[in-house]
Amino acid sequence: MNYFDTDLTTLHDKLVNKELTAEQLTRETLAKIKADNEAINAYITIDEEGALKAAKAIDEKGIDADNLWAGIPVAVKDNIVTKGLRTTAASKMLENFNPIYDATVIEKLRANDVIVIGKTNLDEFAMGGSTENSYFKTTHNPWNVNKVPGGSSGGSAATVSAGGVLAALGTDTGGSIRQPASFTGVVGVKPTYGRVSRWGIIAFGSSLDQVGPFTRSVKDNAALLNLIAGHDEHDMTSSDKAVPDFTAGLDGSVKGMRVALPKEYLGEGVDENVKKAVLDAANTFKELGATVDEVSLPHSKYGIAAYYIISSSEASSNLQRFDGIRYGFRAQDVKNLEDVYVRSRSEGFGDEVKRRIMLGTYSLSAGYYDAYFRKAAEVRTLMINDFKKVFEDHDFIIGPTAPTPAFGIGEESSDPKKMYMNDVLTVPVNMAGLPGMSLPAGFSNGLPVGLQIIAKPFDEQTLYKAGYAFEQATDFHKQTPEIGGDK
Amino acid sequence: MANEEKIDKAQVEHVASLAKLQFEDADLGKFTTQLGDIMELFNTLSEVDTSNVAPTFSVTDQFNTMREDVAVNSHQKEALLKNAPDTEEGFIRVPAIIDESEGAN
Amino acid sequence: MNFQTTIGLEVHVELKTNSKIFSPSPVEFGDEPNANTNVIDWGYPGVLPTTNKGVVESGIKAALALHAEIEKHNHFDRKNYFYPDNPKAYQITQADKPIAHDGWIEIEVDGKKKKIGIAEMHIEEDAGKNTHNPNGYSFVDLNRQGTPLIEIVSKPDIASPDEAYAYLEALRQRIQFTGVSDVKMEEGSMRVDVNISIRPYGSDKYGTKTELKNLNSFNYVRKGLAYEEKRQQQVLLSGGTIQQETRRFDETTGQTILMRVKEGSDDYRYFPEPDLPALSISDDWIQDIQESMPEMPGKRRERYVSELGLKDYDAMVLTQTKEMSDFFDATVKNGADAKMAANYLMGDVNAYLNDQQVDLQDTQLTPEHLAAMIKMISDGTISTKIAKKVFKAITKGEEPVAWVKSKGLVQLSDPAQLQPIIKKIVDDNQQSVDDFKNGKDRAVGYLVGQVMKQTRGQANPKVVNELLMKELNNR
Repeated sequence: MNYFDTDLTTLHDKLVNKELTAEQLTRETLAKIKADNEAINAYITIDEEGALKAAKAIDEKGIDADNLWAGIPVAVKDNIVTKGLRTTAASKMLENFNPIYDATVIEKLRANDVIVIGKTNLDEFAMGGSTENSYFKTTHNPWNVNKVPGGSSGGSAATVSAGGVLAALGTDTGGSIRQPASFTGVVGVKPTYGRVSRWGIIAFGSSLDQVGPFTRSVKDNAALLNLIAGHDEHDMTSSDKAVPDFTAGLDGSVKGMRVALPKEYLGEGVDENVKKAVLDAANTFKELGATVDEVSLPHSKYGIAAYYIISSSEASSNLQRFDGIRYGFRAQDVKNLEDVYVRSRSEGFGDEVKRRIMLGTYSLSAGYYDAYFRKAAEVRTLMINDFKKVFEDHDFIIGPTAPTPAFGIGEESSDPKKMYMNDVLTVPVNMAGLPGMSLPAGFSNGLPVGLQIIAKPFDEQTLYKAGYAFEQATDFHKQTPEIGGDK
Repeated sequence: MANEEKIDKAQVEHVASLAKLQFEDADLGKFTTQLGDIMELFNTLSEVDTSNVAPTFSVTDQFNTMREDVAVNSHQKEALLKNAPDTEEGFIRVPAIIDESEGAN
Repeated sequence: MNFQTTIGLEVHVELKTNSKIFSPSPVEFGDEPNANTNVIDWGYPGVLPTTNKGVVESGIKAALALHAEIEKHNHFDRKNYFYPDNPKAYQITQADKPIAHDGWIEIEVDGKKKKIGIAEMHIEEDAGKNTHNPNGYSFVDLNRQGTPLIEIVSKPDIASPDEAYAYLEALRQRIQFTGVSDVKMEEGSMRVDVNISIRPYGSDKYGTKTELKNLNSFNYVRKGLAYEEKRQQQVLLSGGTIQQETRRFDETTGQTILMRVKEGSDDYRYFPEPDLPALSISDDWIQDIQESMPEMPGKRRERYVSELGLKDYDAMVLTQTKEMSDFFDATVKNGADAKMAANYLMGDVNAYLNDQQVDLQDTQLTPEHLAAMIKMISDGTISTKIAKKVFKAITKGEEPVAWVKSKGLVQLSDPAQLQPIIKKIVDDNQQSVDDFKNGKDRAVGYLVGQVMKQTRGQANPKVVNELLMKELNNR
C-alpha cells in the first residue's frame, strides 16, 4: 500500500470499523518504507520491533473512535529524542546515542496512540538545506532521485512525498520544514515560535527552532498540529495561549481576506517558473474573493546575514555540550583532557557543523559581539517591525518557499555561501517567530514548487484556512511522484 | 572596526581553539576562505542603521515563567551513567585535569 | 613611598532551596556521586532549563539585605567555557543585567564605621565537582551541578585586609539573617575570591591586580591579603612591576605562591540565554518579600538595647547569628527576663555549644524550656544552684517544670515550713547564738549551713536568712 489515495479520516474510519488493524497498517507501512528506502534513503532508523509492539498494544486496547490519530504510523526526524530508540541528529557524535527520555511531542504522540515508525534522515544537527550533510546517508527526492529532497528535514519530507507515511514530524530553524516540503510537493508547517514545546528537540538555534508537521493535505496537517501544540512546563518559552482546533474553519473560503505579496520575495535569483507559480497563486486567491496587494519587507535582504549570525551563535553554544565526556562519541587513544575535547569534537562533527560552530564562536567572541551578534539582533527587530507593518492591514502573506525547485545532489554542496542564500525566503519567518506553511503550488520541469503562506503570531488558523482554500481550488497536491531518476 | 578585515588563518585557529576544534592544514585553508566569504556577507549588516534599535534576542511571548521550588529526584543515575563513555564507581571518568580551579566562577 | 591598597571581593553564596536553580533535582549534599542528577543536570541533548521561583525570591531577599537596587527587568546569560564539571559547556548566569546592583553594607574596624559598596549581585548555577586522582584520571560528580548561587561583587572601597575581614563578617551575618543560606565557608556554602592592588598615595590610577585562590576561612583571607599587600609593596619598592596573576595562599607557610600569569582576559562569549524568558519583578512582589523578611541584625541590636535594656556588647554577641538571636527573642517571648535570658545564652548555652561542638539548632534546647527554667529562678521555685542541674536536663530535652518536680528539687520558701526547722537549729546551737550576740557574724553563716544541710539544699537562702535574723534578734 501507499498513502497517496487516502487521508487521516478515511484511515481512521477503517481502523474504527475494523476493516484494518493498527498492526496491518503498520506492517504495510513498514513494507512500503523498506521497499523505498534504497531509492529514497529517508530513514536512519526504522523501528520495526517497537512499531509492531505499539500497534499490537493499540489493537488490543481497541481504537479510540474519538481519536483520529489512534493507530496511525508517523515518522519522526532524528533530532527529536525518543526514549529507548537511537537518536543521532545524523551525526557521528550521536551514532550510538540512546535517549533516556521522550521529547514532549513524542510523549504526546504516544499518549494519543500514534505509532512512531522510524527516525528520518536530516542534515547533521539540522544544519543544511539538502540533507546531504548527514553522517549516514543522502536522501533522494522521490520526484527525481538525482535531486535533493531539501533540508534539513529531508527524510521526513521525502517519506511523506513517497507515500511512505501519512505524516511526519520535522523541525524548522530557518526553513527546514517548508523548504523540503516545497522540494518534495507536500504540506509543511512551521508553527509560531512557542506554539510547540522544544523539550527533547536537539537544539540548533534556540530562539528559532520549532517542531512542525509534514502531511500530504492541509487538513491532516492541521490535525497533527492539534496533537502536538500547547504549553509545556518543561519549555519556558512555550506559549500558555490556548490552542484552538486548527481543523475548524477549513471551509474553502478566503472571501474578503487581505493578502500581501512582498515585492522582495519575487526579486533577483527567483526562478521564473517559481515566480509564475506564485503569481498564479495570487490570482487563485483573487478568484476566491481575496484582495492581493504588493507590499514591501525592506529588511528582507539582510535576513540571511542576520539569521546565519544568530543561528550559528546559538548553535556554537548549544553544541558545546558534545564534548565526549558524558555521552556520545569520545575519540580513542586520547592522552589528556584537551584531547578528549578537541579530538572528539573534530572527529565527531562534520564540516558544515564545524563551519557553523566557527561562525557562531567568531560572532560572539570578544571584540566582535557588537558588530555581529548584537547587530544581527538589532536587524532582527527591524525585520519583525517590517512584518508588523504589513500585518496591520493584511491577513496573510504569500510568496515562494524557495527561490528554485530542488537542485541536483552534489550541485551546491561545495559552496556553503550559495547554499545559505537558498534560505532567503524562509528565514525571515523564523527571525520573527511567525507561523509559515509551504504547500504544493505548481511544477517546474517536473519538480514541485511550493507556495509559502505566512500569518501573524499564533494565527495558524489563518494559515490553514488559506492553505485549505488554495488546495481545494487547485490540484497540485493530487500529483504523485513516480519514483525514479531520469535526469 | 571588525567589518573591514578579512579573517585570516591565525584568527581561524584562535576561534577553533575557543570552540575546541582543530583542522588539518589543508582544511584550514579551505575553512579560512569559506569563512571569509561568509563573513563578507555578514558584513553587509553594517549598511543598516540600527542606532536607535533595541536588539531582539528572543521572540517568546512568555515572561516571568517560573517553576515552584519543589524537588523531584528522577532516579536517572544508572541510565545516565550507562550512556557515559567512561565511568568508575558512580563517577564519570576523564583524563586527569591539571588546572586546579573549579566550581562556578 | 606610601601606598594605598584596593581590595575587591567576589563572594559566592549557595542558596538553601529544595530544588536546583534550573532543574527539579534535589539540592542535597553528601549523597552518592550523581545520585541527585537528571538529564538536565547532565546537559543531555534536547533538555531545557526551568527557572526556580524560590531562587529568584532568595535573590531578592539577599539583595534587600544588602540595600541593593533590584533590577526589575533582568535576564540570564550564557557564559561559555569547557570544563568537565560544566556539563553544557556554558554556565547560566547573569552578566549584563544582574538581578541587583549598587548596594552597601556597613562595617566597623577599630571603632570606625564605614560603608562598603556592592557593585552587583547576580544569581547563577553552580558547577559539579571534579575529584583529582594521582593515577591519571579525574572523576566527575554532578550532584552539585545546578545548585543555586548568588555572587556578590564589592566596589573598590575596601582599603585593608582588616576591612576585607570585617566586610566578610558583615556580609555573612546579613545573608545568614535572611535565611537564604547557611553561609558556611568550611562547608563550601560561602566561597571567596579576592583581588588586591596597590598604588602610590594620591595616584588616581589603580595598580595591577593579583588574584588569590584557596582561601578557606576569613582568617586566611586576611592573612593572604596582608602577605600579598606587603609582597606587592616590596616588588614596587625594589623597582619591579606587578604582573596580572593568580596566586595560591599556602596555609602552612602563610605565603602566597604564583599559580599562573593571566594573559589577557578569558573569552566567555556571553550572550542572553534564549531558553529562558526574561524576568520581570514587580513592586508588589518586592513588597511582599520585604514584609516577610526577618529583622536584620542592626535593627535587632537597637531593639535589644532600647527596649530590653541589654548592654551594647551583649546585644552584639546575641546578634552574631540568626539562630542565637531568634532563640533569644523566643525565650523572652515565652516570659523569661531578658537580661537573664541573655546571660544564659552567652554563658551556659554558649559553653555547652562549644563543649559539644554543635550548632544551637542541632541541640535539644528550646526557647520554651529555657524560658520556663528562667521563670522558676525568678519566682524562687529553684535556686541558681539547682538551675545548673536543670540546665543539664533541658539540654537533654527535659521539660524543666515537670523535671524539677519529679526530682523534688523545688526550693523551700514557705516560712511556715522553714520556721520550725530554724527554731530547732537555733535551740540546738546556743554557742552560735552567743557568738552572734557578741558580734561574730560568722555564726550566721554556720547556722544557714545547718539549715541547708537539714533541707538537703532545697531551702531558699534568702528566706532562710530573713527568718534566721528575726529568730536570732528575738533571743
